[in-house]
Amino acid sequence: MRSWAPAAVSARRTREDEQMIAELGHFSLMLALCLALVQATLPMAGAARRQLGWMAAGDRTAIGQLVFVTAAFAALIHAYVSSDFSLLNVVENSHSAKPLLYKITGVWGNHEGSMVLWVFILSLFGAAVAWFGGNLPTELRARVLSVQGMIGAGFLLFILFTSDPFRRVAPAPLDGHGLNPILQDPGLAFHPPFLYLGYVGFSVAFSFAVAALIEGRVDAAWARWVRPWTLAAWCALTTGIAMGSWWAYYTLGWGGWWFWDPVENASFMPWLVGTALLHSAIVVEKRGTLKSWTILLAIVTFSLSLVGTFLVRSGVLTSVHAFATDPTRGIFILLLLTVAVGGSLALYAVRAPALKSDGVFAPISREGALVVNNLLLTTAAVTVFLGTLYPLFLDAAGGPKVSVGFPFFDRTFVPLMVPLLIAVGIGPLLAWKRGDLRGALQRLWVALAIVLIVETVGMYLAHGGPLLAVFGLTLAAWVFAGAIVEWAERVKLLRVPAGDSWRRARMLPRAAYGMTLAHVGLAVTVAGIAASAWQSERIDIVRPGDDLPLAGYVLHFDGVAKAQGPNYSADRATVTVRRDGETVAVLNPEKRFFPVQQMHTSETAIRTNLLADLYVTLGEADGHGGWTLRAYWKPLVPWIWIGAIFMAMGGLASLSDRRWRVGIAARRVLAAQAAVAGE
Amino acid sequence: MHHLRSLLANVLLVGFVGAAGAVEPGERLADPVLEARARALSQELRCLVCQNESIDDSHADLAHDLRVLLRERLTAGDTDPQAIDFLVSRYGQFVLLRPPVEPATYALWFGPAAVLALGAIGVGTYLRRRHAGLNARPAPLTTAERLRLEELLREGES
Repeated sequence: MRSWAPAAVSARRTREDEQMIAELGHFSLMLALCLALVQATLPMAGAARRQLGWMAAGDRTAIGQLVFVTAAFAALIHAYVSSDFSLLNVVENSHSAKPLLYKITGVWGNHEGSMVLWVFILSLFGAAVAWFGGNLPTELRARVLSVQGMIGAGFLLFILFTSDPFRRVAPAPLDGHGLNPILQDPGLAFHPPFLYLGYVGFSVAFSFAVAALIEGRVDAAWARWVRPWTLAAWCALTTGIAMGSWWAYYTLGWGGWWFWDPVENASFMPWLVGTALLHSAIVVEKRGTLKSWTILLAIVTFSLSLVGTFLVRSGVLTSVHAFATDPTRGIFILLLLTVAVGGSLALYAVRAPALKSDGVFAPISREGALVVNNLLLTTAAVTVFLGTLYPLFLDAAGGPKVSVGFPFFDRTFVPLMVPLLIAVGIGPLLAWKRGDLRGALQRLWVALAIVLIVETVGMYLAHGGPLLAVFGLTLAAWVFAGAIVEWAERVKLLRVPAGDSWRRARMLPRAAYGMTLAHVGLAVTVAGIAASAWQSERIDIVRPGDDLPLAGYVLHFDGVAKAQGPNYSADRATVTVRRDGETVAVLNPEKRFFPVQQMHTSETAIRTNLLADLYVTLGEADGHGGWTLRAYWKPLVPWIWIGAIFMAMGGLASLSDRRWRVGIAARRVLAAQAAVAGE
Repeated sequence: MHHLRSLLANVLLVGFVGAAGAVEPGERLADPVLEARARALSQELRCLVCQNESIDDSHADLAHDLRVLLRERLTAGDTDPQAIDFLVSRYGQFVLLRPPVEPATYALWFGPAAVLALGAIGVGTYLRRRHAGLNARPAPLTTAERLRLEELLREGES
């Protein structure tokens, strides 16, 4: 900066310098695209012609791509933080008065920005394969990175040609339109990034599958390499979905947590198939069978992730006509999906028959149980797929306009879960190759006893009420007991002295604990879902001083006061919760008004004791000093998310198993060989 | 029978989604039986301007209008199917969160069962093949293999 410049000029200059950053971001995206194109082609050709130098380009371009995409992502965040309203994307989705957190998270609260986040995570995974893939055979690594490069190139082209976040607007408006107030929540900071970590993480499994098809070889080593990536993606997706559901729960104002909304289904489909993949990959690793099926699952999981990514942002869900309003974007999406899904499936059709599975096993065996698990999970995914896209297909085919909501899923999806949960209880107790069902059931007598107790207690509590909820709780108890019995069997609990059991428990591989934890988590979630049938509600108009009894509590309405937030004003109610005359909690549900968007939102107040939630929202004022108050008592509802956390932790425990690190020795050997070769 | 079915329907409905309640105190009917019917029905009706939200869940103005309209019909003495038919005649099938079973929706309603059946047949065939392999006796050694084996055994002895 020149010292003689007048202050105004220098300020403008700084502003212009800042705006240049967006230009650098745009340029970085282009450079990343160039690198992605090299990454997509050179290593693949190198692997085919055994050119070491070409193959090595895969690692460098993957890391280079990460560098440039990170730069572009940082530039976009900078534009949001500095409120650079010369960018159309910032104008449409940000506002100078927004709190800093929401300026940052607003980056991915829209189509263009979320695509940049997507590519950023993709390049993160690509670079991770380059970094941690030292134990992979050179050809396999080159091919995997090449497929990652193809995906990256496709998405970068999509961003640059149809969804450019760095598009300028002139003259720059003084301020932006702001972010939808519903999205102004800490949930936005975590939910989409975790979902994308999951979606994009499955790209690695996909790339491994395509590479294996090209090489025509799938063995235990392949399964061992691909499983940690799948596990990591699955953990992230589980967390992402659970967070989204929790966010919906506390935001939408009446405590629903799953709506079979197309957007939710879009993330649920890859989860279902990804879960199937996780289980079938175990069979490939341990028993050398189910190979081509596992490859197919890897392809389908990522394909559904792609569909999910586009479904959410493209607007086709609300109507097929969204394609008509923005044909380039729609056609590009269809093209990208056709190439990725069609191409990989065509490759599969040609090469999969050559994949020989050699394992043999009896129908009643661990393998058999996992096959049943896969059948039910994939059928469930097909069901969700049909329910989500049927209205779209019917509309496109000129049929009637229909809605498919939760009554459909309750009648189709839920019945599929019953045999699945029964199988989850027994499956782990069956031996590989040839299981003994009667023996397994005999060992499950403790489990059956627990189940009967839960059922009896449930029936007593329900008084002939929601029988299906009692049934759901029973299933949860079954899964839980099955998981615990399996663990107890492994450590020979009560069969050998406690010290021996303790030693066995410490020696168990982490993957075994991962399974126990994940299955217990599933049981906890199922219990939370089932128990929601017992909730009670009060919706009433109250005046200051009124008492509202609910599930043994008394909700005392103290009144409503005005409050001021950073970019909203609020009506803030105070509700004192008492039980047997003693104050248990003070809840403050709010109604917020955001002047920029002229929108009202409702802020829920929740008090949880981990066994049940008290959930209170403030409704409209009636103009005569009364307010609508909605209060719910929701038993076991926190378990839905606690269970999901258990599942994700189970995945992480399994991920930390030392089995995945066996490659370290091999890597040292490789390094030694390279050193010798270099001399 | 009817009682059982409505009980089951209620169980299924609240089973997975949990009762909601965008319903305003002013909208509610004094008769608790009628109101319960209205609540059950409104969970199966779509708020036309929302994404897959029922009129029982949605705070949209249109959902409010539909809730009031539905209650008017029930108060006027409509049976549940009559009230639903009235809304369908006004707003089309789009208003039903549970699409009717008819030729255009056969693939939707029977698709999952068909996939499960086909999958089960495929799995059955697959499991039988794997099982057959388990019981099959290994193929006898070829002459070359037998010679190699003898050679190895001799090496082991010496």
